[in-house]
Amino acid sequence: MDKQIDYGTPAAIADKQVTLEIDGREVTVAAGTSVMRASMEAGITVPKLCATDSLDPFGSCRLCLVEIEGRRGYPASCTTPVDAGMKVHTQTPKLADIRRGVMELYISDHPLDCLTCAANGDCELQDMAGAVGLREVRYGYEGENHLKAEKDTSNPYFTFDPSKCIVCSRCVRACEETQGTFALTIHGRGFDSKVASGTGNFMDSECVSCGACVQACPTATLMEKSVIEQGLPEHSVTTTCAYCGVGCSFNAEMRGEEVIRMVPNKDGGANHGHSCVKGRFAWGYTTHKDRITTPMIRKSIKDPWQEVSWDEAINYAASEITRIQRQYGKDSVGAITSSRCTNEEVYVVQKLVRAVFGSNNVDTCARVCHSPTGYGLKQTLGESAGTQTFDSVMQSDVIMIIGANPTDGHPVFASQMKRRLREGAKLIIADPRAIDLVSSPHVRADHHLKLRPGTNVALISALAHVIVTEGLVNEAFVRERCEWDSFVAWRDFVAKPENSPEALEPFSGVDAEELRAAARLYATGGNAAIYYGLGVTEHSQGSTMVMGIANLAMATGNIGREGVGVNPLRGQNNVQGSCDMGSMPHEFPGYRHVSDDETRALFEQAWGRPLSNDPGLRIPNMLDLAGEGKFKAIYCNGEDIAQSDPNTQHVTHALESMECVIVQDLFLNETAMYAHVFFPGASFLEKSGTFTNAERRISPVRRVMTPKNGMEDWEITAKLSTALGYPMEYQHASDIMDEIARLTPTFEGVSFAKLDELGSIQWPCNDTHPNGTPVMHVDEFVRGKGKFFITQYVPTSEKVTARFPLILTTGRILSQYNVGAQTRRTANVAWHQEDLIEIHPHDAEERGIQEGDWVGITSRAGETVLRATITERVQPGVVYTTFHHPESGANVITTDNSDWATNCPEYKVTAVQVARVTQLSDWQTEYQNFSEAQIAFAGLPADVAATE
Amino acid sequence: MQTQRLLEMANQIGDFFQSYPDPVEARKDIANHLKKFWALSMREQIIAHVEAQQGAGLHAIVGEAIKEHRAALAS
Repeated sequence: MDKQIDYGTPAAIADKQVTLEIDGREVTVAAGTSVMRASMEAGITVPKLCATDSLDPFGSCRLCLVEIEGRRGYPASCTTPVDAGMKVHTQTPKLADIRRGVMELYISDHPLDCLTCAANGDCELQDMAGAVGLREVRYGYEGENHLKAEKDTSNPYFTFDPSKCIVCSRCVRACEETQGTFALTIHGRGFDSKVASGTGNFMDSECVSCGACVQACPTATLMEKSVIEQGLPEHSVTTTCAYCGVGCSFNAEMRGEEVIRMVPNKDGGANHGHSCVKGRFAWGYTTHKDRITTPMIRKSIKDPWQEVSWDEAINYAASEITRIQRQYGKDSVGAITSSRCTNEEVYVVQKLVRAVFGSNNVDTCARVCHSPTGYGLKQTLGESAGTQTFDSVMQSDVIMIIGANPTDGHPVFASQMKRRLREGAKLIIADPRAIDLVSSPHVRADHHLKLRPGTNVALISALAHVIVTEGLVNEAFVRERCEWDSFVAWRDFVAKPENSPEALEPFSGVDAEELRAAARLYATGGNAAIYYGLGVTEHSQGSTMVMGIANLAMATGNIGREGVGVNPLRGQNNVQGSCDMGSMPHEFPGYRHVSDDETRALFEQAWGRPLSNDPGLRIPNMLDLAGEGKFKAIYCNGEDIAQSDPNTQHVTHALESMECVIVQDLFLNETAMYAHVFFPGASFLEKSGTFTNAERRISPVRRVMTPKNGMEDWEITAKLSTALGYPMEYQHASDIMDEIARLTPTFEGVSFAKLDELGSIQWPCNDTHPNGTPVMHVDEFVRGKGKFFITQYVPTSEKVTARFPLILTTGRILSQYNVGAQTRRTANVAWHQEDLIEIHPHDAEERGIQEGDWVGITSRAGETVLRATITERVQPGVVYTTFHHPESGANVITTDNSDWATNCPEYKVTAVQVARVTQLSDWQTEYQNFSEAQIAFAGLPADVAATE
Repeated sequence: MQTQRLLEMANQIGDFFQSYPDPVEARKDIANHLKKFWALSMREQIIAHVEAQQGAGLHAIVGEAIKEHRAALAS
């Protein structure tokens, strides 16, 4: 298996080049490069143990010593920068002697079990012993040593075996520099020094299981359990993680068709060799026993499932769609795409709906997360996408995070952000909760604007008020780059006294002086970037808030260059891509409206079918109409609306009311329990395609094993289309991308071949930007001039009352992902076995609630029961929960309230009451009975219920 | 779709656009929004409500926008 070259120290970035001589060879490198790296780049290997190119040089192992003419002693090549004219010798008799001596000491306190060691063949210590020619250890093993040190196996994914530790500190430095958690330390001095994770084992420590320490370890001290159990991999395939919107690149290290481990790719544009617990370790769901791999059909959800062949399942689904359209009209059928699917899969589903179903009734799960981003950024800037690269944050002087929790939701990017914060960037956080970044090791928010849920727009208007009334607008930028009239209208609006921080404080709860200070910092602190998440979008004014954020960036000139911008942190892996691919009912791929005659003609010609010029139904429209008996069939491709969409009982009533629900998924998810056709899907390891992350980066997904269900997901859709009389004759996912590129200007230059060449591409990719576009809106906005919008604060209709006095807001946790269908089927449940409700001590005391009590949460929509955890992370009057477990029923409580422009649900504001209870809610009891029956209908083992 | 649901959605749209300084532009953009994002069946239903119930329960500016731009919304 090819290993990536480790250059020992990070690359230096400098315009100036330096030429030196190493072992008689002339070498030219960037100024600031270490002698070690210069040697490695020239193909001259210097022995090393404590150095690795993901970490700053440390200079402790004394193995990389070199001789430099004219200098005394034997400097460590990792900590010595190159100098012009320097003459370096990496191999001399004296160096060989020193290195052998050093290695002899290491080996004298190391178990000699190489033949049975899990790292045999992949151990740097072993390699170095060979490299320095170590032939004997003179010291014997009788003296004091660490060989009997106890192994820590507490982490489900890796072990810590201190007997093999050489105390090189790579793990400790990785935890600090790469991850930024500072969970590890070197305890003791001299011979007693050892790596320690706090005072207990790894599971009880602050460790977040990102795997950076395992990656950095040069021996078998920190080792994946999968390698210990299965042996080392023999080949590797680069692919893209299927979890969050960071879109990390990984090398799937394989043994035949079995994944041994997922190793973050050093060359990954989004992650640069870093990972989180989900992407690094939580891929076991792909081979979980709950996977359904045979198609199933049934007439009624009260019937057991019948396993059938693919042909039978496809033909049955096609016949039902045909029957229903004949009986109820073409608009009675639609489809939902998922952000968990590839671009190519999403593209063929929307094509199926438009060209075959004959409507625009296709929507995507971005409806319930970032649809306001698509709307708001299109209106203001002209493109429904974030403006920057992740790397841009390293140029930021001020970082404002609004309604996002990066350390949990986007952990790999959060690590990069924390690096910049440790370098001195200022931090403003606007969030009702004290997220980890408010105060964590070596990171502390300069301003935490702890607003009440539902008052984002009051907050953004107040920030704008300060910027406008205190003369902090970058008028030159606005005059050059924006529509002046729209700016004047906005300026006059936000300058009104009723938009001052003082006037809005009673609504938002944010201290006016604190807010003023934050606004001044954002406007005057240098490069200022805004990062936001679902705490912005999932509100009745989600779109208004996105526009408010864009207003702020334009008014201060913080857009169009590195270090600034408007950055939506997308929840799932392919939210951006699923929207790019025309999943919305009003847009073709590339965000072109269906009423645009020129675009429609382009697609009509390519697809050979007349296309509707009228927007189709959104998910909530489909569900409303289904409940009324007017919408009869849905093709749900990889999305689990029965768990993820608001007002569960409304959703399940709609599903029960339909005559044909087709679900394509890995598992019998919550929606599938209401389905009539089940198409088993392929995992991300079993298919080819692309994902597009939050920075518009299109990355390849590569098939590393045969699909367990027999085919890739796009093939299933193509077969359904063919059965409906419209053959889709693609031979490979790359054919689909070629069609996308032909029909979508922003993807014009994208192809699988180019992705192979470049690794990843940030769209737009076209003749002007053949290698993609890292930063958008550089010289002008996509819409020409940026447009300001007035952002009047309109309080949500979801009011707190005496009956429902608390506000429930929802979020996610690091170890679990979205509806949990994937992560619940991994060892990640060790960190989060159930959803809890967080409640402030005052609210708990008022209600007599103790830690761990069962509490009933009642809203206008429904009731559920969760265990309470009492914490000051939430403010008085606010409770919080996650939604990773279906039996929690978090969305039984959430309501139909939604964003005015996009119908994105208002998940973040639900008025509730909380009280101690002794039993599950009626909904939970009914759910338990229903799901047990459905699991039995599918012939799955009963213990699926435990993981479901 | 239940008319009440449509009215709630339309009124939220009205809440946003009513802050426009120019009411003519506000009405035009309300109509544009409905045309761009609402399915024809939903537009027809709210037009019917405006005509039959004189826009009862509807934000005034939305009712006016629908009347003013009826032809565009109905096609």
